[in-house]
Amino acid sequence: MPAGTEAAFSMRGNLLRRNLLTALLLAPATLWLVVFLVLPFVAIAIFSVGERAPEGGYQAALTFAQYANLPARATAFWNTMVLAPAGALACLLVAYPVAYYLALRAPQRWRLILLALIVIPFWTSLLMRTYAWMYILGGRGIPALLAYVGIEDLRLINTSGAVLLGIVYGYLPLMILPIYVSLERLDRRLLEASADLGATPVSTFLGVTLRLSLPGVMTGFSLVMILLLGEYLIPTLLGGGKVFFIGNALVDLFLQSRNWPFGSAIAITLVAVSVVVLIVANRISTRLSGARRVDLI
Amino acid sequence: MTAVPDIEFRAVTKRYGAVTAVSGIDLAIPPSAFVALLGPSGCGKTTCLRMIGGFEQPSEGHVLIRGRDMAGTPPYRRPVNMVFQQYALFPHLDVEDNISYGLRQARPRLTSREISLKAVEALAMVQLAGYGRRKIHELSGGQQQRVALARALVNKPAVLLLDEPLAALDKKLRTDMQIELQNLQREIGITFVLVTHDQEEALSMSDFVCVMNGGRIVQLGQPSEIYDEPADLFVADFVGKTNLLSGKVAGLSGDRVDVALADGTVISARKRVPLSRGEAVSVSLRPESLSLTAPGSGSLQGIVRNRIFLGSTAEYAIEVQGIGSLLAKADHLIGQGNLFKPGEPVAIGFAAGAPLAFPTSKNNGTNQREDHHVEIVS
Repeated sequence: MPAGTEAAFSMRGNLLRRNLLTALLLAPATLWLVVFLVLPFVAIAIFSVGERAPEGGYQAALTFAQYANLPARATAFWNTMVLAPAGALACLLVAYPVAYYLALRAPQRWRLILLALIVIPFWTSLLMRTYAWMYILGGRGIPALLAYVGIEDLRLINTSGAVLLGIVYGYLPLMILPIYVSLERLDRRLLEASADLGATPVSTFLGVTLRLSLPGVMTGFSLVMILLLGEYLIPTLLGGGKVFFIGNALVDLFLQSRNWPFGSAIAITLVAVSVVVLIVANRISTRLSGARRVDLI
Repeated sequence: MTAVPDIEFRAVTKRYGAVTAVSGIDLAIPPSAFVALLGPSGCGKTTCLRMIGGFEQPSEGHVLIRGRDMAGTPPYRRPVNMVFQQYALFPHLDVEDNISYGLRQARPRLTSREISLKAVEALAMVQLAGYGRRKIHELSGGQQQRVALARALVNKPAVLLLDEPLAALDKKLRTDMQIELQNLQREIGITFVLVTHDQEEALSMSDFVCVMNGGRIVQLGQPSEIYDEPADLFVADFVGKTNLLSGKVAGLSGDRVDVALADGTVISARKRVPLSRGEAVSVSLRPESLSLTAPGSGSLQGIVRNRIFLGSTAEYAIEVQGIGSLLAKADHLIGQGNLFKPGEPVAIGFAAGAPLAFPTSKNNGTNQREDHHVEIVS
């Protein structure tokens, strides 16, 4: 047998072995995803075209009545569709200067400490921290303090504003980190080149810094936005039933009124909206940052 | 000469904390010169360039561009442009937008027609016509280099600064670019200031070479001057290849000095700084100034250890008893077959003007010059 043929055979053997190894390594994750993501999703999709059984739950059918009924939860959709982008935007406006300072201005030796300070609150559960905000914004918190200086009857808790505040507070680190990473990777010489070519600091920021950090901005924005679309905790605690999100509607439909098919239809719609948000964000970010692809999904 | 220098350093010192990167430099670069700042890494050459560009501020002294003191003037208000190391092209812009970046910053504003006309012109100048819509990452290293050049030159700067512009290119491309840079400089007629650690690059391209070491200017002169008449041991050793023979001063007469080498041989050398009898000196002998002949005739006797045949020339490593290994370079004349073989004994001779004696000192003599003010007279 010629040497080349032998080599080809052994190469094929290697390839087989490599493929087998890859398959083995991927198996646990694949199994996990199939059992806990794909199957539930399929189930929900099937539920969404079914009917509510008289005693609650699901009863097989093929109808789009549940989707036609979506306007019944229009308020929840409206709140979510307004507050999720608004919350993500508010997060962005607060996060960008922080990330910028961390990546480009903070002294090297302080950077890690400051980053740690941003991440540390994550070690406490969001529930606890949101409860804390309930007390800060509640009757005995800031309004009580303001009453001392003569500002009476100010209601902070159970308003859209309180929900927005909770959102910014809770999701800020998720926005800061991707922006920080993209600014940290920024080649400083590009900033010098821009100044060298006559660009003032403001035009350098707009033309180079901001432009090249957009992938990070889009990652942070879509991450926060998608998490907000399913947010349940913050509107419940700080919105007090007055500011209803889709998340709250889902909990209500599945656990209280046991209308699984309607809940499923809402869930499917939510997923569809999330996917659209991701695709649009990805498109924009790819377009703006040149050829570099941003892998979100 | 009364012309205002394009660039002037007046007693410029730059410190980073306790480290002094540039120490008390005076320098005047006349208009339309191609000047190379040459030195080993950490010699302060890049810091000098960055002070011209405005990215660093002198701790002491003044940097002037065309007679104007640049203190407090930010980079974006200086009439100079830089070609950065690794080019620093904007990855999110295509070639033409990179080139027109500076034009777009100009006030009063240029019309978009003017901008694109100038950009196309600049592209043609660096032989990249038709590449305007390419992405930066689609270009080869050499092409990126040209874009960086065009991006800087399109703004018609008073001075072009080049920070190790050829370091990232392969040898063949580097030679081509050296010629092209020289031609460009002559065509445009503005001053080019090039920073490099590559002595060959500095010698081959520039009208003047400014050799730096330890934050100071060691020597400033035309390339041939730097090579033939190095100011001190550092320059002799750093610029080009040389043999350094250590010995002691045995006798002095005028501008010549007799040096007793380690093996007892006494050779006559020229000196550029005052020397005293008995002082330890190093004698610099360029490899090409050595001539090899049959044993018995020359000043030094040795044995060929290695031969490196390079086509037009051949280099020999010759072992000389008591002195060490010497490098000799001989022209190879086709058909003469006068190559010496390893193991063969040879005699080494040299012209009377070739050996240069320098005091052997720990700091390579860089701090011995009293006058740091150097001016190019062209």
